[in-house]
Amino acid sequence: MSDFLSAFVDDLPQLRSGLWVTLQATVLGALLALLLSFVLGLMSVSRLLVTRGVSRVVVEFFRGTSLYIQLFWLYYAMPPLTGYELTPLLCGVVAFGLNYGAYGSEVVRGAISSVPRAQYEAAVALNMTPLYRMRKVIIPQAWVQMIPSFTNLLIQLLKCTPLLWLISAADLMTVIQQLRDRTGETLTAYLTLLVAYFVLAYALTLLMNLLERSAKRRLGLPTGAGSLLRSRSATEAVASAAGGAR
Amino acid sequence: MNGFDWNAARDALPLVLEGFRVTLLATVLGTLVAAVLGLAVAVAGRAPSRFVTVPVRIVTEFIRSTPLLVQLVGAAALFTSVEPLTIGIAVLGVHYAAYTAEVYRAGIDGVPKGQWEACRALSLTPRRTWQAVILPQAVRNVLPALGNYAISMFKETPFLAVITVQEMVFEARKYGADHFAYTEAFTLAGLVFLVASYPTSLLMRKLEKRLGH
Repeated sequence: MSDFLSAFVDDLPQLRSGLWVTLQATVLGALLALLLSFVLGLMSVSRLLVTRGVSRVVVEFFRGTSLYIQLFWLYYAMPPLTGYELTPLLCGVVAFGLNYGAYGSEVVRGAISSVPRAQYEAAVALNMTPLYRMRKVIIPQAWVQMIPSFTNLLIQLLKCTPLLWLISAADLMTVIQQLRDRTGETLTAYLTLLVAYFVLAYALTLLMNLLERSAKRRLGLPTGAGSLLRSRSATEAVASAAGGAR
Repeated sequence: MNGFDWNAARDALPLVLEGFRVTLLATVLGTLVAAVLGLAVAVAGRAPSRFVTVPVRIVTEFIRSTPLLVQLVGAAALFTSVEPLTIGIAVLGVHYAAYTAEVYRAGIDGVPKGQWEACRALSLTPRRTWQAVILPQAVRNVLPALGNYAISMFKETPFLAVITVQEMVFEARKYGADHFAYTEAFTLAGLVFLVASYPTSLLMRKLEKRLGH
């Protein structure tokens, strides 16, 4: 145990860079996923059959083929096929973004279609253009409903980042595994890693709670102070399971 | 730039399908563990004493918030004498039980309060209440959600390759390394996943509609 502790302190610079890689993969992957969620989600509520169809095919493809395979395909299979090679971190960002973007598009679609019909009708009656209607009326209301599901997806994305270890990016898991190999403290090393991920997940949850609060306040909805510290609730977990959003 | 080698793909197919059997086995057994353990956790989470409910809540929250891959690799490193497939099934089962417990919990909460009161009025024992009244109603409602978790577990079984379980991705990776044919092997494995999981998700969606979700 003390061996591990001293090695831990000695290795702080590596640990910090490992944490940085993990955070980069999470944040950049999540941003790409968010962008794709909106693009694919808005496409799937389009009136044009072709647009809806394209979105459906892309979403089912990325949800159906397993993140693990997508990541490995990008890392191992793409270079010989196309001649392009991505850095391990970029492979991670692209794979996480594509996979969770596909799941996120369902969240966007569900939230948009749950905005009351009367809101559309009122916007039409006020002669708003479709773009203005989306931007000012529909999206702000749908956004509040999307945040809890997005939080779940974000935590799942974070939980996938140890995969980077397998494609030799020096992420947090890689660094702590090296520590473990040197000290032989298996239990301590993995517990440290688990706790680190737990803390990261909780920190991200708190940030998302803040975001939800500000989004609610903009709509004039009640925001209880207790809602800030709460972890992801059961109903959200169930809702995302029912939507297949994993 | 050597393109896609169809011969290599044909060559790799039997191996990938052989691995697919292990993938399916792990999914089915893992789902069973998750379904049973999750129910136990959900019932324990409604125990009258806080000394039971609070630790249960903390442990499930911890398991849900930490990566499956770390749990798997950690368990395999700690229990070196246990067979990898057994560890894989146990870890998958425990990890998903933390999720299914929430599903069951919502299902149990969905049973009307009047049912509990009726049981008390009839002075049924707690055991009879759960067995004969609450669970039959709760479980029926959660079946689609459990099915969806089974599908996501299926898509996460490739993690088992890391602890040397010889499932589909393990075989694909081995073939890729032996024949310099990663492209063909991984493409094949991805297609098998798609072909297996898409119809299942469609089926689950139908089931959800039928049960009125």
